[in-house]
Amino acid sequence: MKTLTIAGKEFNSRLFTGTGKFSAGSVMRQALLASGSELVTVALKRVDLHKKETDILSFLDDNQFNLLPNTSGARNAKEAVYAAELAREALGTNWLKLEIHPDPKYLMPDAVETLKASETLAKLGFIILPYIHADPVLCKRLEDAGVAAVMPLGSPIGSNKGLKTVDFLEIIIEQSRVPVVVDAGIGSPSHAAAAMEMGADAVLVNTAIASSENPVQMALAFKLAVEAGRMAYEARLAPVRNTAHASSPLTAFLND
Amino acid sequence: MFKDLFENYTWEDVKKSIYSTTTTEALRALHTDKRSLDDFKALLSPAALPFLEEMARLSHESTAKRFGHTLQMYAPLYLSNECQNICTYCAFSLDNTIARKTLNDQELITEAQALKEWGYDHVLLVTGESAKVDMPYFIHALGVLRPYFSHISIEVQPLEQHEYEQLTEAGITAVLVYQETYHAENYKTHHPKGKKSNFQYRLDTPDRAGAAHLHKIGLGVLIGLEDWRTDSFFCALHLDYMEKRYWETKYSISFPRLRPIETEKKGHHDRIAFNTSMTDRELVQLICAYRLFKPEVELSLSTRESERFRDHVIKLGITSISAGSKTNPGGYAVEADSLEQFEISDDRSPKAIAEMITSAGYEPVWKDWDRALGQKPSNERERVENK
Repeated sequence: MKTLTIAGKEFNSRLFTGTGKFSAGSVMRQALLASGSELVTVALKRVDLHKKETDILSFLDDNQFNLLPNTSGARNAKEAVYAAELAREALGTNWLKLEIHPDPKYLMPDAVETLKASETLAKLGFIILPYIHADPVLCKRLEDAGVAAVMPLGSPIGSNKGLKTVDFLEIIIEQSRVPVVVDAGIGSPSHAAAAMEMGADAVLVNTAIASSENPVQMALAFKLAVEAGRMAYEARLAPVRNTAHASSPLTAFLND
Repeated sequence: MFKDLFENYTWEDVKKSIYSTTTTEALRALHTDKRSLDDFKALLSPAALPFLEEMARLSHESTAKRFGHTLQMYAPLYLSNECQNICTYCAFSLDNTIARKTLNDQELITEAQALKEWGYDHVLLVTGESAKVDMPYFIHALGVLRPYFSHISIEVQPLEQHEYEQLTEAGITAVLVYQETYHAENYKTHHPKGKKSNFQYRLDTPDRAGAAHLHKIGLGVLIGLEDWRTDSFFCALHLDYMEKRYWETKYSISFPRLRPIETEKKGHHDRIAFNTSMTDRELVQLICAYRLFKPEVELSLSTRESERFRDHVIKLGITSISAGSKTNPGGYAVEADSLEQFEISDDRSPKAIAEMITSAGYEPVWKDWDRALGQKPSNERERVENK
């Protein structure tokens, strides 16, 4: 399996993970270790540097993990830029998952503000991975703005509905010059495998692992599914046909 | 404005409709994915009560999916018990002659430090309504308290839109304003005197807060004043309206049941208990009905409820919980015996509640907001952005 490179950094695992919704920090740590994930996203709003021993970060101090702070809670570009600067300072990394969802109900990403914030943050030296709709044109615009990857959604975040945006994801994957990480909506390992088979460079999973009855086992299941999907993609899947391929009645005469 | 929608309904019609819900309607509301306001009405009707176990199961699943296995911890911080309103159910009522207190700067700090010691980072500031405890006091108090907490909510008298904007600027994230009751006529009998007796002004308050673009607004009714089912329908109508109109704001719902209060009138000391006419089963029904109607709404449970009830109900839809609460200004560290707003029921410490939550398989979350969010960038940042 090929390694994945984003902004010059190599990843052996193509499963990125979230850190919300777990029943305890220790459960989260075990699950994320089992997932093999090397990039984990953490909401700035959950980080409390005054409580170092019990804070969420204290469970993420393993060498396996690289932190990807996110701007969850920001409603516009200005708030996101401010949050990003604080996250960079607090977590000591210029990697950023840019999340701007003014709608707290479905957490739909705001295309206009995300593009605006990306342009600003790129100039400030951030490595930006924006969470966005599966919008192929927006992806190209973000590429031009200087993002390191794009993170289109498979279906509404937390919905576990899978790859409802599959037709648009295919276009994005076909056209993209930066890695494509399918984020949001991946509810089962088979969804993750399907995204990888399509040629997605990575997937990001949170709810499906954290909300499962056995997060550690589920994390492992996702690890295997992502690897299987990627291997299948690299091995090139045999083409799908509707009919058996017995004869060539229309062109057989050419062989005579 | 909400009042335009509200005027299409009458209390009696809504009540009649709730109480005539059929079993079929209740089951249909239960077994659908996207629920309407009519479904909510069916779920809070007596007809749905026999299906409480299934409601609880669905509510638990929905909450776990959306909020995970977590509970947000918060504490109320009473700044003042001075009040110029007369409210029949509240110990801060003007006609109660017990001595009043408003915290000064040093007392605010002492109280804040006590809450920080316990681990709190989300705090709810509460006051009565008086000329002395007004906007300048709020702004000043926020200046003192802001360095201590990441998330500050307020529960004070209804304010104007520009005042909510000023408070946001000063550091608040959320406003809680309960209508108490949506029964317009009887509202006056519960609130006979003071600015609070203006039903309409209070009804318009969430609109003003929404227009001020707050991050979060809390709604609710006081259970024990009027028929809770009818009141809760109107509260859900209000919530539904707010979500659509002020779509960038998050909402939370509380279900305060009236608690006993201490009063002193004409030298006569008394303790008044209220009949809330709502059973524990019914409160669970209401919690589940809200969850099934709005998977995204935050549902908050205070120390008004008993230990046993809280231990069980945290898994059924609740997303935030207070612990160790004091309902009197200075109650945590400054002046334990000042006049409290009402008696709490669950008096366990925040540590004990956090342990209870952990042993139930949930994580108590102390910080889920950052002062950075919702702040206007400084001029310097504006310049960087515009480069």
